[in-house]
Amino acid sequence: MTAVAATQVIVIGGSAGSLDVILKVLPDIRLNKHTAIIIVLHRKSSDDSPLVELLSYKTTLPVKEAEEKDLICGQCIYVAPSDYHLLIERDHTFSVDFSEKVNYSRPSIDITFQAAAEIYGENTIAILLSGANSDGTSGLQEVQRYQGKTVIQDPRTAEVSYMPQYALNNLTPDEILADDQIADYINRQQQA
Amino acid sequence: MDVGIIRDDEIDLLLNDIVETYGYDFIEYSRASLKRRINRLFTIDKFPSFAELRYRIKTDKEYLKRFVEEITVNVTEMFRDPHFYQELRNKILPALGTYPFIRIWHAGCSTGEEVYSMAILLKEANLLHKSLLYATDINPRVLEFARKALFPLSQMKQYSENYIRSGGKNDFSSYYSANYSLAKFNDELKAKIIFSTHNLVSDRSFNEFQLIVCRNVLIYFDRELQAKVFRLFDDSLEHLGYLALGAKETLRFSSIAPKYKQLGREKIWRKIG
Repeated sequence: MTAVAATQVIVIGGSAGSLDVILKVLPDIRLNKHTAIIIVLHRKSSDDSPLVELLSYKTTLPVKEAEEKDLICGQCIYVAPSDYHLLIERDHTFSVDFSEKVNYSRPSIDITFQAAAEIYGENTIAILLSGANSDGTSGLQEVQRYQGKTVIQDPRTAEVSYMPQYALNNLTPDEILADDQIADYINRQQQA
Repeated sequence: MDVGIIRDDEIDLLLNDIVETYGYDFIEYSRASLKRRINRLFTIDKFPSFAELRYRIKTDKEYLKRFVEEITVNVTEMFRDPHFYQELRNKILPALGTYPFIRIWHAGCSTGEEVYSMAILLKEANLLHKSLLYATDINPRVLEFARKALFPLSQMKQYSENYIRSGGKNDFSSYYSANYSLAKFNDELKAKIIFSTHNLVSDRSFNEFQLIVCRNVLIYFDRELQAKVFRLFDDSLEHLGYLALGAKETLRFSSIAPKYKQLGREKIWRKIG
């Protein structure tokens, strides 16, 4: 497989209760060679390999921890490292940042949503899942400002509804999806 | 937080002004992080326009200091990544102990938490008396802070846990005295630390070391600047010396990589070539 730089990114942000959703949707997700997925998950552990490994069991797509200066390639799933913010450079490589927490979180979903919107513009899809804080909302607003697409997990299907509900109180997304509709949505949104 | 108020071309202008007026060169810093920091400062300090920020920086030397302090990331902690310190404790310090005199450079030491952690390790290994720690940073203000050896008491619970997880056997609170909301670290730790400004972008090698610690600094540099700094470290490291980087940093893709061997899983390399 020859890797090409992604021209579309799907950024999935989640906190408490979101890992189960990701594990559930991953097996059904297909990616074409122009699309990358970036997962930003709040978590406590400082060791990243178990999460990457856990996700790898659920998909045949390559799952990697996002490393600084890595080119973002299509048909690949990247996971933000724990305890660092994940940013994107103009040359479509990742960079990481150990600055202050945002919304009590590092990695911050807001930061990566915003970073993706700035670089990929309308070819950004941001998906906000279950969680117990307000991270992600201002990032979704940035994605909208750059004409990207926004998706919020239906709070009624979220294990912890606070985060998606907070976003819904502040913006109108393109889609509100139940957890079992997310994989299908991702598969349909990719450029042919 | 609003990101993207200041455009990339405006950042180019600003960085050019700064290097021309003051000699601080941020042009080869990773742009995404830098842009976020500049926009953050722009918002916090309530500038009405980019032009006003630009004028202020060009004409106000004091404000430039604030700018440097705010756009460089100074978040750090004591015994951060405890297993890293465990590796230093168990593998690296015993090797350094064979030297008659130990010189260590903390490059980009920020407010000093990591260099005081190192001093504690050296003391516990009975090596502090024959060690000298050079702690440098681009930013004079954080060094002033580091010299005081005063850290928030509220952090001590976390630092104590880190210390224990790094293999520390003592009572962590024996290294400081509590003074209202601050913890003042013992003078004997500071006695072996030399604080000084040093800019990794523009300053040269100033000594030879057996260990260089530079953690979570290179992530803010682009590839060319990283390459330059790796050469500076290589010039500053003795044969068989050690280079320690942050958890997400690597020597792997650099031109000096063939001369270095990584030790175990931690981000520590030994100069063998």
